[in-house]
Amino acid sequence: MPPDVQRKRTMTQFLQVLLSGLSTGAIYALAAIGFVLVWQTAQTVNFAQGEFIMLPAFFVLIGLNWFGLPLWGAFAFGLAIAVLVLGYLFKRVIVQPMLPNGGLPLIIATMALSIFFKEGAKQFYGAEAQPFPSLFPQTMMKIAGATVSVQDFGNLAVAILAVVGLTFFLDRTRTGRAMQATAQNPAVAEILGVDTRRMVLYAFLINGALAALASVLISPIYLAKFSSGEGLGLIAFIAAIVGGFNQIKGALAGGLLIGVLDNLTATYVTTQYRAALPLILLIAIILWRPQGLLGVSEGRRV
Amino acid sequence: MKSWSLAAVAFAVALASSAASADDPVKLPCVCEMSGSGAVSGTNFHDGAMLAVKEINASGGILGRQIVMDTFDTQSDPQTSRALVQKAIDSGAYAILGTVFSGSTIVNMIVAQQASVPQFTGAEAPGVTQKHNPYIFRTSAGSQKGVPALTPYFKNTLKATKVAVAWVNNEFGKGGHDVFLGEMKKGGLSVAADVPSEQGQADFAADVAKIKDSGADAVFVYLNEEESARFLKEAKKQGLTAPLVGEVTLTGQKVIDLSSGAAEGALAHVGLATSSPDPAIQAFVAKFKAAYGRDTDHNGIKGFIAVYAVKYATEMVGKFDAQAMTDKLHGLTLDAAKYPGMILTTGWDADGELSRQSFMTQVKNGHQTVIGTVPAN
Repeated sequence: MPPDVQRKRTMTQFLQVLLSGLSTGAIYALAAIGFVLVWQTAQTVNFAQGEFIMLPAFFVLIGLNWFGLPLWGAFAFGLAIAVLVLGYLFKRVIVQPMLPNGGLPLIIATMALSIFFKEGAKQFYGAEAQPFPSLFPQTMMKIAGATVSVQDFGNLAVAILAVVGLTFFLDRTRTGRAMQATAQNPAVAEILGVDTRRMVLYAFLINGALAALASVLISPIYLAKFSSGEGLGLIAFIAAIVGGFNQIKGALAGGLLIGVLDNLTATYVTTQYRAALPLILLIAIILWRPQGLLGVSEGRRV
Repeated sequence: MKSWSLAAVAFAVALASSAASADDPVKLPCVCEMSGSGAVSGTNFHDGAMLAVKEINASGGILGRQIVMDTFDTQSDPQTSRALVQKAIDSGAYAILGTVFSGSTIVNMIVAQQASVPQFTGAEAPGVTQKHNPYIFRTSAGSQKGVPALTPYFKNTLKATKVAVAWVNNEFGKGGHDVFLGEMKKGGLSVAADVPSEQGQADFAADVAKIKDSGADAVFVYLNEEESARFLKEAKKQGLTAPLVGEVTLTGQKVIDLSSGAAEGALAHVGLATSSPDPAIQAFVAKFKAAYGRDTDHNGIKGFIAVYAVKYATEMVGKFDAQAMTDKLHGLTLDAAKYPGMILTTGWDADGELSRQSFMTQVKNGHQTVIGTVPAN
């Protein structure tokens, strides 16, 4: 093959893999953002975050298949149930009672919750993978030889919009700043008149919504299955740490980075060990830059 | 005096309980994948077997005894399946039905072999019948018999000179992959891309990009059901135009359903095609649909004929002797005309390898369509 054709072929392949990676990475980012938000505001490390992303897809399917709702109705239904169950109920039933006992018992409680959700989905809906309708039309576009779908762009656009929207909300609105105050120093915030309990609730509600969004974006590709939470939860956790556990934009960076690197590894290095990459990244970051790529170093008084 | 009567009572009770009543049910447990990545295959296998059990029980059972089929969910995990085969044997199994996954069968068939319990598996990896286990019997031909049927198709029909292979890195995929590479070498075709993937893998962007980049004329796709669907979707998305040819899994109904239209045009050689116009197969498909309200795939047929094979072989022996039944099956061919439960004429060799006619299929209009038959080899 003439060298310039080969070079173009290789460029096209690289572009293809890069764009696919950004698209999946965008969804990882949504998961990581919710994870970070809940940690920052409520000191809750949610090990059920993967299942939080697995579940709303099933709520949507229930809306479609059991209640016969139209597509957008089912999405709205799924979002509403997600915000209620994964936001409000999670906070009220799990977090609030467990938090006074300390961080570790709560973490273990979320691990138990993840098992409960996984087995619950398997039991009540089924063990087989289910096809899931896509939010975006399946039209393809060609960019410099690489085939990109509207879905890929859509995923990325949604993730960026979510980050921009959330950052705007947190920085520029009164409620958002109250949430930040609660995250930084709940005791002082309380004294200054912030309703900290409500701020914490908002954090959980937003996480529920973000999880529903991630779910609806990823299920058309990954298929809705009770076990999809396992991989996603781990990646969300790693993306959050790699990007910076105390910064929302860090979570975005972490998610996109992992999505792209995973695809690049699988294409150019090794397919069998691609799953090792996020873990290697995690170890590297903890060793050399524990605050994450975009995170701010947090000192601690002993 | 008292000790004598006590002993007498004890003796009588022992005698009574040890006498096996001719009305005892015969146990044929299904050790199968009801959850996990093999749930599609295992559930269909299980449901097909249950259909046969109900039919046989309704017409009097095997030699007058009713069949009881307990379900043991392996969760698609080989270690779990091994423990469950042991459990099934301990509960008094006459024969074991399952597992479907090759990776599980390779591990758990040792247990059945050591206990001298015959086992009817849905697995297709070559390794299963290469260990000279006299107690294992296939319900579908191994890929070392199926894949060679593809060579003339790649060479003569598709006129391919360079092929790519996408395969799943487990016992099933490795088996098919190795046989395929051997066949391509024999046929003088070069392998432009060899792309392994993991069981349960969700993202196939890199795999498809590599295959596209290799410039292959045709692609051999050998993945499990869910991964096949994801692969097909990604292939359609990236505009992979080379024909996609599989063995058994690629044109299955579940794959077609899960891939939301991306399976259109995919080809596969299958041991069993539920879309075959063969009247016996169509009768089975209709029966299954009437019983369960959904379409089945080749695994449903496998489970079904496993139970009937036990029935026919046991009746030939005339009594419930697992060893005698096992010996009977080796070298036996059951003509479907005389033994309708087998659906197609089926035979086994001394290693439990199966011999039966097979089919070339293609997905047309969202359905698996038979485009040719391949005689038994």
